[in-house]
Amino acid sequence: MIGLGHYLVLSAILFSIGLVGVIRRKNLLMLFFSTEIMLNAANVAFAAISSYHNDLAGQMFAFFIVAVAASEVAVGLGLLILLYKKRGTLDLDKLTLLKG
Amino acid sequence: METFAFYFLSISIALLFGVTVMSKNILYAMTSLAAGMVLISGLFFILGTDFLGVVQLIVYVGAVMALYSFGMMFFDATGNIDEKHKDSRVVFILGGLSAVVMVVIFAAPLMAEHAHSFYPPVEGATNPQAVGLVLFTKYLVPFEVAAIMLLVAMIAGIILAGKRMDESLSKIEDSELAESSAKDDK
Repeated sequence: MIGLGHYLVLSAILFSIGLVGVIRRKNLLMLFFSTEIMLNAANVAFAAISSYHNDLAGQMFAFFIVAVAASEVAVGLGLLILLYKKRGTLDLDKLTLLKG
Repeated sequence: METFAFYFLSISIALLFGVTVMSKNILYAMTSLAAGMVLISGLFFILGTDFLGVVQLIVYVGAVMALYSFGMMFFDATGNIDEKHKDSRVVFILGGLSAVVMVVIFAAPLMAEHAHSFYPPVEGATNPQAVGLVLFTKYLVPFEVAAIMLLVAMIAGIILAGKRMDESLSKIEDSELAESSAKDDK
């Protein structure tokens, strides 16, 4: 039988996959994808706790996370397009402006 | 049956997201991310949070991933991206440690039984009905604020991405482009 712990462990695994992506990747678009993975992992945890504890607040927070993710993508993708038009690359190593 | 579905879904989701994080090709990464999102909605349906599963399908797979794939028009997505990777052992250790910390953070209040149910679902209501009842009473103000936030994000997206949309970058000479971006900087 699947318990709450299974879902929490799954959510933690997904979150760490996303975190590894954020730390490891150097392409800005891949950073956005990894952020989506992390948001989804949090959503899984919220939905599981909401379902197993018979409380709707977790689902509400998951909805607002979805709304925040949607607006983040809209603004972030616009910024990425501007950046790509200006610099021709999305590689973080090539986008360094400060020389130190 | 539920056990089988859970393990099947979770293993495929972890594998697909692993492809997203590790892949060198942006298109592969995007496709596996979209597939993982579809499977996550399957998890929501198993949990009985039907409305969240539908929202996941419509917003994430339908809107967010479609937005990314339209954004691909502006990026050179066909080739492989070459990145310099330093020692990635540290990264994996940090990721694993944070996973453990997250399990503890989530599980601690549940183990200690400090978690109370504030908004139990109404008796006899299906999941979408119960969600609507709570969303439009207790969470009405955050709901409206989220609507305003989405409006702001829409206007920001239009203004940011729609700027100089009528010019084709491939037809402009490189020197001209550098000149105009230098002008933009001022």
